[in-house]
Amino acid sequence: MSGYDYYPGCSLKGTGKPYEESLLAVFESLGVALDELDDWNCCGATAYMAVDEMQAVALASRNLALAEKSGRDLVAPCNACWLVLNKTLGRLEGDVDLRDAICAAMAATCTTLNGEGRRPLTLEGSVAVRHPLDVLVNDIGLETIEEKVVSPLEGLRVAPYYGCQIVRPLAPFDDQHDPQTMDRLLAAAGCEVAADYPFKTRCCGASQMMTMPDVGIDLVSLLIEDAIARDIDVIAVACPLCQFNLEGYQGKVAKRIGKEAKLPILYFTQLLGLALGIEPKRLGIQRSFVPVAPVLERRAAHA
Amino acid sequence: MSETHDAGQQVDGFEPRIVAFFCNWCTYLAADLAGTSRMKYAPNARVIRVMCSGRVDPQFVMEALAQGADGVLIGGCHPGDCHYQSGNYKALRRYHLLRRMLTDLGVEEKRIRLEWISAAEADKLRDVMNEMVAEIRALGPAHLEVPDESFEELEEVTV
Amino acid sequence: MPEPAARTSGNGNGTPRIGVYVCHCGTNIASTIDVAAAQRAAESLPGVVLSREYKYMCSDPGQEMIKDDIRDHGLERVVVASCSPCLHEETFRTAIADGGINPYFFQMVNIREHDSWVHKDMAAATAKANDLIRAAVRRVRFHQPLEARRVPIDPKVLVLGGGIAGIHAALTLANAGKQVYLVEREPSIGGHMAMFDKTFPTLDCAACILTPKMTQVRNHPNITIWTMSDVVEVDGFVGNYKVKVKHRPRYILEEACVGCLECIDACVFRRGKTPDEFNLGLSKRKPIYIPFPQAVPQVVLIDPDTCIEFRTGKCKKTCIEVCADRNAIDFTQTETFDEVEVGSIVVATGFKAFDAGRLPQYGYGRYDGVYTALEVERLVNASGPTEGKIVLRDGREPERIGIIHCIGSRDKNTNVYCSRVCCMYSLKLAHLLQEKTNAEIYEFYIDMRTAGKGFEEFMLRVKSEGVHMIRGKVSDVYPEAGGTGRVVLQAEDSLAGMVRKIPVDMVVLATGLEPQPDAEDVRRIFNITCAGGGFFMERHPKLAPVSTFTDGVFLAGACQAPKDIPDTVAQAGAAAAEALALIDHGYIELEPNTAYVVAEECSGCKTCLGLCPFSAITRVDGKAQINPVLCKGCGTCVAACPSGAIKQNLFEDEEIYEEIMGVLAHV
Repeated sequence: MSGYDYYPGCSLKGTGKPYEESLLAVFESLGVALDELDDWNCCGATAYMAVDEMQAVALASRNLALAEKSGRDLVAPCNACWLVLNKTLGRLEGDVDLRDAICAAMAATCTTLNGEGRRPLTLEGSVAVRHPLDVLVNDIGLETIEEKVVSPLEGLRVAPYYGCQIVRPLAPFDDQHDPQTMDRLLAAAGCEVAADYPFKTRCCGASQMMTMPDVGIDLVSLLIEDAIARDIDVIAVACPLCQFNLEGYQGKVAKRIGKEAKLPILYFTQLLGLALGIEPKRLGIQRSFVPVAPVLERRAAHA
Repeated sequence: MSETHDAGQQVDGFEPRIVAFFCNWCTYLAADLAGTSRMKYAPNARVIRVMCSGRVDPQFVMEALAQGADGVLIGGCHPGDCHYQSGNYKALRRYHLLRRMLTDLGVEEKRIRLEWISAAEADKLRDVMNEMVAEIRALGPAHLEVPDESFEELEEVTV
Repeated sequence: MPEPAARTSGNGNGTPRIGVYVCHCGTNIASTIDVAAAQRAAESLPGVVLSREYKYMCSDPGQEMIKDDIRDHGLERVVVASCSPCLHEETFRTAIADGGINPYFFQMVNIREHDSWVHKDMAAATAKANDLIRAAVRRVRFHQPLEARRVPIDPKVLVLGGGIAGIHAALTLANAGKQVYLVEREPSIGGHMAMFDKTFPTLDCAACILTPKMTQVRNHPNITIWTMSDVVEVDGFVGNYKVKVKHRPRYILEEACVGCLECIDACVFRRGKTPDEFNLGLSKRKPIYIPFPQAVPQVVLIDPDTCIEFRTGKCKKTCIEVCADRNAIDFTQTETFDEVEVGSIVVATGFKAFDAGRLPQYGYGRYDGVYTALEVERLVNASGPTEGKIVLRDGREPERIGIIHCIGSRDKNTNVYCSRVCCMYSLKLAHLLQEKTNAEIYEFYIDMRTAGKGFEEFMLRVKSEGVHMIRGKVSDVYPEAGGTGRVVLQAEDSLAGMVRKIPVDMVVLATGLEPQPDAEDVRRIFNITCAGGGFFMERHPKLAPVSTFTDGVFLAGACQAPKDIPDTVAQAGAAAAEALALIDHGYIELEPNTAYVVAEECSGCKTCLGLCPFSAITRVDGKAQINPVLCKGCGTCVAACPSGAIKQNLFEDEEIYEEIMGVLAHV
């Protein structure tokens, strides 16, 4: 396969750095090209869409216009980016007037840099925006991945946590109520997948953790408490905001639930990377707030 | 397309005149239901009842245009639901042929419309009415009316 | 008194004397249309000799006024501008016939449903009324004197569906002396009611009140029961239907089987292996079985998919041995057909319970403790899979039970409508479950819809028995951590203002009512419509709830809309009564709107022959000929005839052209 373009989004360059590190390391290890989109801009995330839909669509569209040129699919790892870009594609579909309006705006204001100077952007709305879960399981394939696993994470009980934005309102590559892509991927990595974890698509609170912290802590406590009660070692996530919400406030969660809460929250790419034999430092494991080493040691003891 | 028709200009205060042929079992009843439900829609259409959309002779449509209608609406039952089995299929065939012919004669496509509206679809009827009136208002008067004198001349020749 | 003018032939030569009446309909028309102006405008139309306005044209004095005017002013045509012809065309036609002129010298103008009720601007509405009246006046000049066609009504009736609706309709008709064919697709009549344990609000045992009726049906000399049967084709029209019925093979001779059930015991299968349909898969049955003990007919049947004899041809056939000289088992039976002639049809095909698997968040099919309400009816029933004991799939007895309302109802993701019976049956199940288990019972509801007779009292009783009522829709059913086997129901208790998470052993999903999955196919056979949620459409929701737009086809029960047993029985009685009215009248009059050929103008081109869906057109001596008995009056051939040789009574080309010219005339 000819590889993919890669849209990191703002978070993966900031607090979500381990996601980017582990994603790039995993794709390199699997021999699949993942090339960062040149001159990408912020997608607007959920916040902008709630404020002004038209402007948000315009902002996101620029990325789509940039990505169209290569003819390759665009991989967007952050759930919010993935959803915004796909929603934007949906808005553009069949709406020639909207596309024309955005092209006019782009022509007036922004262009792309290339070696020869500035050239105006066009927008067809033709690029496919994919989530890495989708690409890994449905394009690259579990067989290929399993062959490359050198250090299966046996004995590690992992809960797959999808969050809400890759299953609601759109669920193009998996089931809306009981998605399985991450489950299957983690199983291929040798993990003991906690199929009984009932909250795999429950909301983590998202931005409410900042705007209405009571609500945010309540939602996250539900997810963490149940995982602890089910003896889960790690919760695997696919979104930088989910990761931050689940990991960053466990002190407050502990107070809320009256129990100790020291549950590592890792990106599924980090877990997959470990199984593929990539060193933990390349996967950003050291950036975790909650110490991961004790859990990995427990896994080593089982092996 | 507007450069080919003088009729394309928006005439101020122009209210389209629409003749509607409704089949007795579906669309006419939908219009009745819209009435009992007190729905509101544009008053531009005049309904002529037929038993089946299959009764609608293309000549009726031509006559309506020649008498000064700006648009013609034909309402029948959904395919498969015709009270007389297949009358609506015949209406559909004639309608396609008629539209092609009228387009060749320079009549805008949107002036003639065939809609499947079942007896329960009062809301669809209201929406189609409003939509059609708005579309034809934008197109302007059809200017297809044949003056009475021409009819008299014709009668002298044929009768 | 002026002399009545000479009658004219109405062909456009001479001018028939036309009377125009514009109705106020109280304020229904008059509040939006300037009736006086319309009346004045009509006065000056060609041919109009008098024009009146009146408050209620359809009233007795209104009709008398028309008759008087016919007599006193020699009216030859009458135009009434009022409501929809569907309501009063008949009324006025009868009135003018009484007044002495042909009833078809009449044209009705709809200025209410199509004008005053749907427009707001008085000027526009009045202009529209004037146009429509002018059109009618122009048209009516061309009306011809016609006679309604009289068609006799066959007194036999076909009832499709053997549930409580079909049973009650059949008995009513049969008791009135009419011959009834009761067609049921399952192996026994009884429908869903046979599956219930007790019925609300009286807690009557369903079987106890149903089986006597089933027995009456079986014994009634006027009722022919056909089970395992489907209607495959219906031809004809009201009073004269030809119905083709297909009978699927039971592999048992009905007349020979006495229902001893020894063949079931004798079957080589020692235990049942196939999920039992009547018990919704909660128990297993053998290949030879009877759906339930009180089945009517009391006859077993063989399932060819699981019977060894059908699959291998090498069974010991112990069933035949034990049946001995009754010889009721016949493996060679095949599908057979019957064709019957009936005058009217009652469609009572019932409902299908909503498939709870469509809402995975409630865990049906995923967690063992989650059941549908119908499954719980079977559990509670003494002749059900657990003999009436409340035992879960894993053998435990539940200590806590949650009942969730509105599964597949009041939900824009599935069905928007309310299924009407679920609140009551949920309360009933709460009562029965508590009686049997002493469990803590939680009802999660959105609203309590207990609108029937004795229903509110029933709810208060159940509440007083200690059932916990929580007003909040359950969002999620998930397994409790720690391997307890329980599931947690999470709901916002909107009265207490808090989120509840209640672990329970058993969940009962109050699934809603949907139309049968083949409703679309069935309706095509009978030429009726489906509307609102896919249920069969009645002629008028208030005033004609049991008839359809196809004369002679009536509806009864849940196939028309979700309803409970009392309403079903009432509706079934109503449908039977309407059929009886038709039959006892003896004939029906059909609109004389048939097509006819003017032979001199027919060129013999044969264009029309293939167009008629009723095969009413034949070629005789090189010309087209139309059979007026077969012709239904659609007018398709009329529109197609290139020579204009085919014409349609009541819808002549001239008449329609006059309407077109009338509505577009410049004033």
